[in-house]
Amino acid sequence: MSPVSPRHIAIAVAIIALIVVPYAINQPYYVNIASQILLYAVFALGLNVLVGYAGLVSLGHAGLSGAAAYAVAYLLAAGHGHTVAIVGGLAAGLVVTAGFAALSLRATGISFIMITLALGEIIWGLAYRWISITNGDNGINVSSRPAPFGLPLDSASAFYDVTLIVFLLALVACAIFVGSPFGAALTGTRDQPRRMNALGFHVWMIRFWAFMFSGLLSSVSGVLFIYYYQFISPPALALTSSAEVLLMVISGGAGTLLGPVVGASLVVIIKLVVSAYVSRWNFMLGAIFVAIVVFMPEGLVPGTVRLARAAWREVNRRGLLAQPTIGGQKS
Amino acid sequence: MSFWLLLTVNSVTFGGLLFLLSAGFSLIFGLMRIPNLTHGSMFMVGAYLGSSFLSGALGFSLNFWVAALIAAAEVAVLGALMERLLLRRLAGQQLAQVLVTLGVSFMVADLCLMGWGGDPISVATPPGLGGFVRAGAAVFPLYRMAVIVIAVVFAVALWLMLERTRLGAMIRAGVDDPQMARVVGIRVSQLFTVVFALGAGLAGFAGMIGAPILSVYPGLDQDMLPLALVVVILGGTGSLLGSFVGSIIVGFIYNFGQALLPELAYFVLFLPMVLVLVLRPQGLFGGQIP
Repeated sequence: MSPVSPRHIAIAVAIIALIVVPYAINQPYYVNIASQILLYAVFALGLNVLVGYAGLVSLGHAGLSGAAAYAVAYLLAAGHGHTVAIVGGLAAGLVVTAGFAALSLRATGISFIMITLALGEIIWGLAYRWISITNGDNGINVSSRPAPFGLPLDSASAFYDVTLIVFLLALVACAIFVGSPFGAALTGTRDQPRRMNALGFHVWMIRFWAFMFSGLLSSVSGVLFIYYYQFISPPALALTSSAEVLLMVISGGAGTLLGPVVGASLVVIIKLVVSAYVSRWNFMLGAIFVAIVVFMPEGLVPGTVRLARAAWREVNRRGLLAQPTIGGQKS
Repeated sequence: MSFWLLLTVNSVTFGGLLFLLSAGFSLIFGLMRIPNLTHGSMFMVGAYLGSSFLSGALGFSLNFWVAALIAAAEVAVLGALMERLLLRRLAGQQLAQVLVTLGVSFMVADLCLMGWGGDPISVATPPGLGGFVRAGAAVFPLYRMAVIVIAVVFAVALWLMLERTRLGAMIRAGVDDPQMARVVGIRVSQLFTVVFALGAGLAGFAGMIGAPILSVYPGLDQDMLPLALVVVILGGTGSLLGSFVGSIIVGFIYNFGQALLPELAYFVLFLPMVLVLVLRPQGLFGGQIP
């Protein structure tokens, strides 16, 4: 690849746009939407490490980010400072992740989904019932946002800036991760676990650390979540939340670096638009799930491209029979 | 003393309900190799439909048991339709099938919320079973005893069906080795529909039978599905005995947990799961994980 490829230019333009656009719009409502997209994008990036690169589909990830968010809220409510709360939140997220990984990696494939789902629901049940810690259904309020280096994050744009920095760090971390030998080994365990084992790789250990990395990103998004909404209650940990993030990963295209980001934008925007008109978001979530899985299993972006190509070929075949078709390969 | 006895009866009752729910779940998993994530929804839809029949949605009020059976039959038809129309299109793609059942479960939950509203519906115990049985100092609610009897009858009937009939033999063959079963002339894809309908119907029936105890409310599906999952993780997939033993274990742990550690009731379910996953990942009575 040449030093400056079109790809690099596109990424640079996208980053500049991400920085400039909120100032150009300058309306808290839209800036907040952008913050939501980015914090969910971090979450989706984390889940994508497992779903896309390790081939392990988790339906319990809301439990990981939720554990981090609850830990932050609990520590703040107990009177600790923001630094302690954030560090404690990330630590709690990682501890729960380690537990999830140790148990669920006893299996792969469909059993892995079942175990992560059950574990996620147990964390949800804990948030719902362990009232002395979590305040049950009423949730926990967080009264203030932190002020790093004396800069308060109370305004929408200040919070957006921090979220953007965290998001870019997460994206770079993912890019490095995917390009590293470890990332290559991880995709190896996804495609050929037995051969990887025969080659001397410790398949379980590779998956475990991938799970931990995924859990770290999920916890980071959980910390962003609690400071963005300044409130957490059990529904944030429910199966629907895990499924939403999985939908982001799948709709954007699992196993690609930018797919989860696209997916997060799509799902957040669709959710906002749908919620504005009808109160049937869960129905839509389910319907979109079914539609994507049945019609575009490879994700919305590649799927649309494929369908458009197929339609284009069809038009060409009917219109210009003389022109030979190139296609036929699966994207 | 009678506190412990009552708790034990409640545990066995709940275990019986869980068995009705998870037997179908386990069979579907064993045969089609997918966890049917709509199973909690089937339970809830059965309960909602049954409660509507009971309160006269058809213009007249049905008998409790008739209502339960009709609800179960309707849920079975829904299950068969879902298998035919959706899962069949995705044959061989397990992940896609699981995700479709997940999507459908959200749609069903929202439709139920739309149709029956957000308030819990309580279902009266069937006439004649509202009383108590006295045995010395202990008092047993009659309906809970009836649920235990029903669960045992269904367990025996399912076992006989699986072990003694031609259909059961075909299902067992399909669970053990689908390819070989096809080769010897069993139409495995038809079995899929039958087993899916059977499992859905059992879940719907369990929903209505459980309604007088649990009542019917939005979110019932999400309360029951993880329990079915834990039962199957404990007992092993595709094994009737596994779901029976797993259901009883979960019934006991859940009820005793709720009574003794109400805040951690859901969490204590975690412990047997940890033990089984560490010591015997395929479940107590499961074969090799597919």
